[in-house]
Amino acid sequence: MNHNTLLMFEVTILVLAIFLGIEVISKVPSLLHTPLMSGTNAIHGVVIVGAMIVLGQPHKGAFEWIVGFAAVILASANVVGGFVVTDRMLEMFKRREPPKKES
Amino acid sequence: MSYTSANFLYLLTIVAFILALRFLSNPAHARRGNQIGAIGMLVAIVVTWVRIGTTSWWAIIVAMVIGGGFGAVAARRVKMTAMPQMVALFNGVGGGAAALIALAELHRILPEPGAPKADISLGIVLSGLIGSISFAGSMIAFAKLQELLSGRPITYQGQQFVNGALFVAALGCAVTLVVGVQHEWLLWVTVGASLVFGVLFVLPIGGADMPVVISLLNAFTGLAVALGGFELENNVLIVSGMLVGASGTLLTLMMGRAMNRSITNVLFGAFGQVTAGAAAAAAGDGGGTVRSATAEDVAVMLAYAQKVVFVPGYGLAVAQAQHDVRQLADLLEAKGIEVTYAIHPVAGRMPGHMNVLLAEANVPYPQLKEMDDANPEFSRTDVAVVVGANDVVNPDARSNEGSPIYGMPILNVDDAQTVVVLKRSMNPGFAGIENPLFYNPKTVMLFGDAKASIDELIADVKTL
Repeated sequence: MNHNTLLMFEVTILVLAIFLGIEVISKVPSLLHTPLMSGTNAIHGVVIVGAMIVLGQPHKGAFEWIVGFAAVILASANVVGGFVVTDRMLEMFKRREPPKKES
Repeated sequence: MSYTSANFLYLLTIVAFILALRFLSNPAHARRGNQIGAIGMLVAIVVTWVRIGTTSWWAIIVAMVIGGGFGAVAARRVKMTAMPQMVALFNGVGGGAAALIALAELHRILPEPGAPKADISLGIVLSGLIGSISFAGSMIAFAKLQELLSGRPITYQGQQFVNGALFVAALGCAVTLVVGVQHEWLLWVTVGASLVFGVLFVLPIGGADMPVVISLLNAFTGLAVALGGFELENNVLIVSGMLVGASGTLLTLMMGRAMNRSITNVLFGAFGQVTAGAAAAAAGDGGGTVRSATAEDVAVMLAYAQKVVFVPGYGLAVAQAQHDVRQLADLLEAKGIEVTYAIHPVAGRMPGHMNVLLAEANVPYPQLKEMDDANPEFSRTDVAVVVGANDVVNPDARSNEGSPIYGMPILNVDDAQTVVVLKRSMNPGFAGIENPLFYNPKTVMLFGDAKASIDELIADVKTL
């Protein structure tokens, strides 16, 4: 694809994503604002795609090795931690009384 | 895998992320949404894996095991009360990854013949800049919430000037690079200055303002990831990053509105610092008398009430009293008393923090009332029990124009017949603001650790 066409396309989806983000989030009740934060936190873990591309580059020097390796570590912590924490939180939100457990 | 099929699969990831956020509108299926999001992430990782081919595959796996292992263990072990710092930590590492990618990309493309396209270098410098601020800022937020650093605002002479100078230096180098001066060190200066800026910019912010800061830093990381999408020409990064950027920004603004303060005031006001002086002045006025009660007195009030509302604040999290509150509520409900919880949007250290804690204690979520639903209820409430909350129930926010929190919407607990305040001592709360609620004739104070006090109440209610 011609570079300018690609850029125009990228900017278009960027702007649409802004509106979509606002639209989707404004429907989330404040009850769920913490899971919302940690859920979006997990979603930006998609940066792992970029980190993998950097580390997966052929012909790289020591610099790219180190930086790419560190980036994949950080991004995987973001992805796994983000989704697990969110899951743990959402699991707790229940409507009915669960069977009584002694504490 | 071809460019087209890879991007088609990336689109599935994007749809999964949008569904994950969409499902969060209702607690009944929010968890399934998160699982859909995780599957989307898996698709993106596998597609990227296949596209890269076998280059350095073992290094990628080792790095993923280290990072993922750390993330999984930390996320499994963390207590619900420590959730804000955990979210800050995971947010920071995401920002750090975006900044590292920027450094690596610039290093790769600079030696290539021909200047990099302006939009690519713009993506690189901005994701380096914003990602670094987010990384350093989140780490400081983590350290403050974990109490490795003082939660109080840390200020010094000329702070705004130093911050301003650092930001200008970072931005200046970034712009120089984009307009075509191709030196790699420019990006290093940008990243270095942004890291220091991130540290200095979160240091002066008090713990009570952390909900706003964490949410803002979350938006920053999202934005850094979206810009990383421009440098790598990758749609899934652009869309997902921007979804997070937009939602984080909106959430930040909502938090600011809930405190009736502008975002600039939160970020640059060094709130606690200013109000410490005001509190000292207010303390001089004296404020009338405080009625203190014993647990037995309060237990009687609760046992003979018809409607009781609990108002939790950060003190509940500190005392880890959520399970005890729930037990007390169960006892009262068994006596036929109507029990609800009134949750202020900025109670705690992150948006919605109290809801998570009470959900952990198995409180069914229909009992958790948001501020607008809770306030009309107070006039027909017999006893409002304030557990470790202070500023969010301070009537000065309604009536005293001199108060630093004047104009902040609060929970009108003083509309209830009786207010019971569980508090350690008469020390002003985190923000150091005097609270006339404590001197209200309707109010009784039950001094002591919140958990110990609630346990006493449980024991006493049982005997009634």
